[in-house]
Amino acid sequence: MWSWIDTLVQGLLLGGLYGLFALGQALIFGVMRLTNTAHGDFIVLGAFMAFLVATGLGINPFVAGALLLPLAFGFGYALQRFPLNGTLGKDPLPSLVVTFGLAIVIQNALQQGFTADPRSIDSMGLNIQGVALTEQLSIGVLPLLIFVLALACTAGLQWMSQRTALGRAFRAVSDDREVAQLMGLRASHVYAMATGMAFVLIALAGTLQGMRTTVSPSDGPALLLFAFEAVIIGGMGSFWGTFAGALILGVTQSIGFRFNPGWGIWFGHLVFLAVLVWRPQGLFPKTKG
Amino acid sequence: MSTPLLQTHGLKSWYGDFQALYGIDFEVREGEMVAIIGANGAGKSTFLKTLTGLLKAPAESVRFEGRAIGGLPPGEIARAGIAMVPEGRRLFPSLTVEENLLMGANTRRHGPWSLERVFSLFPILKERRHHGGTELSGGQQQMVAIGRALMSNPRLLLCDELSLGLAPIVIREIYAALPRICAEGLTAVIVEQDVGMAQQASQRLYCFQEGRVSLSAASDAVTRDQISQAYFGL
Repeated sequence: MWSWIDTLVQGLLLGGLYGLFALGQALIFGVMRLTNTAHGDFIVLGAFMAFLVATGLGINPFVAGALLLPLAFGFGYALQRFPLNGTLGKDPLPSLVVTFGLAIVIQNALQQGFTADPRSIDSMGLNIQGVALTEQLSIGVLPLLIFVLALACTAGLQWMSQRTALGRAFRAVSDDREVAQLMGLRASHVYAMATGMAFVLIALAGTLQGMRTTVSPSDGPALLLFAFEAVIIGGMGSFWGTFAGALILGVTQSIGFRFNPGWGIWFGHLVFLAVLVWRPQGLFPKTKG
Repeated sequence: MSTPLLQTHGLKSWYGDFQALYGIDFEVREGEMVAIIGANGAGKSTFLKTLTGLLKAPAESVRFEGRAIGGLPPGEIARAGIAMVPEGRRLFPSLTVEENLLMGANTRRHGPWSLERVFSLFPILKERRHHGGTELSGGQQQMVAIGRALMSNPRLLLCDELSLGLAPIVIREIYAALPRICAEGLTAVIVEQDVGMAQQASQRLYCFQEGRVSLSAASDAVTRDQISQAYFGL
């Protein structure tokens, strides 16, 4: 009984991390209909940058992560404004090819610079501290922190999307780019703002992933897959849906791992496929029109 | 005579390799209401798309307030003071009525139009302000599209096929609002399939045929025969 509750709780906490992976992907796909196939590799890049800043400057890794966030925004803004905006259009292929190319470049550059060894970011001991809820159930402090951050990011994004002028602009260019431009919006700037915000989430996710476990340069595609599965399971148009999709994915993997250490990821894929077959629009779609 | 608010000279336009406009000479003066009529494919909508920057044109072929604006990005033209009510309304489906209206205010131009003024022009929109834009009836959606354009406080309002897909009584209601809008000193160009409506609402009209101007005349002086000849080229 307690071990099942433990499995569920650990799955939800794992899902929180996947939520951070998925929110950036959902934002980019939602605003631009752009599938960033380098998403996972950017998360890994974020982890290595946080590692580099923390060890290079010899500072607190949480401070290093925080320093990285504005840089990530600027990087994402520039990446969208210059190369990626040029790939957008009715044909999804150019953006897929360009981001796929970026994925290869990032993986190889990281291998060149850091070797293929896995690294981990020092979390000042948070990764081994736990809060004992009962005799049988204990929650890790770091996973809990990650979950809370993911929850806060989801709430923040949803608020931004529904209540601010920027969120209105995001939804308008997503609905009808041509008419949005007729209203005086600069689509290239709006797109770049969206990608900038997504890269803040990516840097945050990368730093926390590096603290929770290890990262190596070739991890990106697996992380992309988790992000993608969470977005598809949740359905488009609502960040809460994406977060729920990530939790479902985390819990499913956790149940799989319980049966057999080799089954966790596989169980996640099975749920993803089941959703694609039975409910291809996702479980909580909000996109209209 | 003063210079026209908007003037095109020998305006040509292409959709890819297909030439849609073959040298349009057109002008509209401050405070005028000008109609453009013509059959499907005559180039009316292409003309408006070129004016708003959605299709490219040589800079000198379009002048607005004396400034060459051909080929500028659509956002810049909107900020210069040209607003469009697009064909088929094209409201943003994920935005509420009020949010759709607020999108028009993105040009940050100052003038008489605000949410309150649009709501007093079309009171029904105030009741429906929190509904999704596309949950409304066709006529109400058209009111949102007009309100959205007005929210940018334009000097020139372009209306593409206001009557398309609407019931006659709704069309009359929409057109009844136009004089009230133009009383604010707004200049308007309306593209209209309904020739009678266009003639009634405007002071001057142009008829387009296969990408050329086939008739340009005062709306109350033009005869049915002249129009049908210009319309069909018979």
